[in-house]
Amino acid sequence: MKLLKLVPDDTNIAFLKWRVPFFAISVLLIAASWALVFTKGLNYGVDFAGGLEVRATFTQTAEAPVGDLRDQVATLGYGDPVVQRFGEDNQVSIRVRLPDEVSADKEAAQAAANDIVETLQAEYDDFRLDGNDNVSGKVSGEFRQTALYALLAAMGAIALYIWVRFEWQFGVGALFALFHDVSLTLGMFALFQLEFSLQIIAAILAIIGYSLNDTIVIYDRIRENLKKYRKMEVPALLDLSVNETLARTVMTSLTLLVALLPLLLFGPASLFGMVAAITLGLFVGTYSSVYSAAPILVWLGVTSDSFVPRESAADEQEKKARGLV
Amino acid sequence: MLDFPTWRKVWLWLVTALCVLAALPSLLSATSIRWPDVLPQPMVNLGLDLAGGSHILLEADAGQVAAQRLENMEENVRNTMRSAEPRIRIGDVSTRDGRLSFVLDDPSQIDRARELLLPSINGTGLVREWDLAVEDGNRMILTPTAEGIDQAVSDAMESATEVVRKRIDELGTREPTIIRQGETRIVVQVPGLQDPDQLKALLGQTAKLEFKLVDQSALPSDVQQGLAPPGSEIFAYADTSDFAGTSVAVRRLGGIRGDNLTGAQQSFDPQTNEPVVNIQFDSDGGRRFAKLTTENVGKPFAIILDDTVLSAPNINEPIRGGTAQISGGFSVETANQLAISLRSGALPVDLAVIEERTVGPDLGADSIKRGMLAMGVGSLLVIFLMIASYGRFGVYATVALVINVAMLLGIMAALSTTLTLPGIAGFVLTIGAAVDANVLINERIREERKRGRRVIAAVENGYNEASRAIYDANITNFIAGVLLFLFGSGPIRGFAVVLIIGLFTSVFTAVTLTRMWVAGWLRKSKPKDIVL
Repeated sequence: MKLLKLVPDDTNIAFLKWRVPFFAISVLLIAASWALVFTKGLNYGVDFAGGLEVRATFTQTAEAPVGDLRDQVATLGYGDPVVQRFGEDNQVSIRVRLPDEVSADKEAAQAAANDIVETLQAEYDDFRLDGNDNVSGKVSGEFRQTALYALLAAMGAIALYIWVRFEWQFGVGALFALFHDVSLTLGMFALFQLEFSLQIIAAILAIIGYSLNDTIVIYDRIRENLKKYRKMEVPALLDLSVNETLARTVMTSLTLLVALLPLLLFGPASLFGMVAAITLGLFVGTYSSVYSAAPILVWLGVTSDSFVPRESAADEQEKKARGLV
Repeated sequence: MLDFPTWRKVWLWLVTALCVLAALPSLLSATSIRWPDVLPQPMVNLGLDLAGGSHILLEADAGQVAAQRLENMEENVRNTMRSAEPRIRIGDVSTRDGRLSFVLDDPSQIDRARELLLPSINGTGLVREWDLAVEDGNRMILTPTAEGIDQAVSDAMESATEVVRKRIDELGTREPTIIRQGETRIVVQVPGLQDPDQLKALLGQTAKLEFKLVDQSALPSDVQQGLAPPGSEIFAYADTSDFAGTSVAVRRLGGIRGDNLTGAQQSFDPQTNEPVVNIQFDSDGGRRFAKLTTENVGKPFAIILDDTVLSAPNINEPIRGGTAQISGGFSVETANQLAISLRSGALPVDLAVIEERTVGPDLGADSIKRGMLAMGVGSLLVIFLMIASYGRFGVYATVALVINVAMLLGIMAALSTTLTLPGIAGFVLTIGAAVDANVLINERIREERKRGRRVIAAVENGYNEASRAIYDANITNFIAGVLLFLFGSGPIRGFAVVLIIGLFTSVFTAVTLTRMWVAGWLRKSKPKDIVL
């Protein structure tokens, strides 16, 4: 039986030849992402912005009357609602950022929710309430804070571990790659104004985990080759390492992609944002491992000496004692 | 490294079998096959985002606990000084700035006063509850200690949680989860509840019932302007009562609280046929209620619920039976609700809903169905790719992957963790990590063969060399997972739990189990070459 080989044997693609332009593109993309985040802003869901979200299905209608709904809810006087399709064409999510004094008062917030639902139920016969979220400003503030702390702590600890296991240059490289991935994901959410919720934080964590996997596989090979080929130029050695692991990179990315695509295409609507983020992260993470994590090592001056075991005085004494010298 | 002694094989299979078995009840619950009742039933709980239901986060106002405590202390001091022999006269009582201060008319009594207050200052617990200072020789100042307040808040939360539990039980909902979270919060999760409004109304009602004497000396015009005579306070009538929109002045002290009830039922007033709530005091409460009504025949007293006046009837005759009837423009529903609230006891502190999430059961079920379908298709594609690329080794990897998913479910069930939507992201990542481990190993074996190593050496090297990267990657992810669990809130934790358990199961299945199978195959058939 002939087995499938996605990547031919002994590839020799000069990935690192284009490291400067590609790295420049990466930096530009990061800058653009943050510019988008700061100018367009993230479309925070109720998790992070606080307020009211009502999700509903129009059971008899093929397409939810989004414009109508927006007008209907706007006339109730709780500010401008955000009405979005949500998965199927007949499903909508209606978000209202309640004024502070309303959201602080539990009864007023509850009354607002009831008001919206009852108005819409009266207006549309086939309005089926699928769920509603009501998050006070206080809780959403805490969510923002804990999500940020969790992300920062995780990234910091990861860099530290890689520094200890490899060398400091590798720690910096991995951290930059992770920063790259998180930035681009955020940028994408700002660009397309997809709802940014706690689930997306989980998606970003999955992206970090996957990208890190990729980076470590390449780093591990670089470490191995640095010990093996002491005389090789570092850029050439990095190219060799990336090429040697290329078959694995392609295969792993592809298997994950075929696992994610069905979820993206006909998975539950509530998972769409999360799966879209992870799918995007798959590409971004693979790219960053090759074009951010690896070239940084060249610039930070990794040499084959980095992994020559430095013998300490204690080691030497032990050797002497064992009669090895 | 390809040596697998029998004891090790037995051990590995045993662990695998146990974990997979633990997953069976959860997997079977989706089908019509019933897991025998006599066996343990570990189950993966589905989060509310998947199963449908309500999640409500309640927060108590710690300041209110402190204020209530101060008020109790004031009453306590007044009573203690009044009943002292000889009586200690005090004046200029103030509770401003969160502390209680008062002046003794006779400074020479200060030591006796201090002695009398000692038990309440030291409290019953391990912590000192109040600091006592004396200023100008005759002014005593009681300041609550931070530990004392913390203790009081903690006690209040504990009984509040208990009250919440009782009230939800009265609703007859199945399997509610009620957990204290942090210092002042309670999480309530009720699966499958269609309409959370009733629940929220019930939890939002503090049900603090008080009977206080109406201050008849107050001028009606002052009362309507909110001006209370000294020693009195003003409460508004409830919106449902006949006097809605007006207020009444009542004596601040000397009333009794409806804490000690033995029962409360909704019923109808025999004369007006209006819905009312009948309450029964316990013996102590009954005695106090009898005393209050005996001493004040002919005077009106206000029935106050959660700081609004339900009604202020005249006391026509002493009420000695230990029962009373509360009316106040109830509907059958609100009367019933009040009866439940009173039966389960008053909340020691107001609870506010600060987060609420409801997912309709239809949507939850739909999510699971679509999720399952998508995962099924995805898995088939992954299996096809793996077997097409790695042949026999791909089959091993596939079987390992299936076991991996089952083990992950099994361990989650055994630890009775909850699977939420973000948890599914964790599942995807875990499957990715497991596939990646096998891809790494198989590609490495290919490489080693290309370099001309013999079959056994190539396989051995493949596993050893690939393991380094696999372990590094998993340890890093493990560190990230633990930090996410420690720092993250709800949904992030759901992700972290799956991630952490998944790391162990994927290394176990993708590395250890496949190695055992490959080793067994190599031993048995001793192939000269492998197709890879």
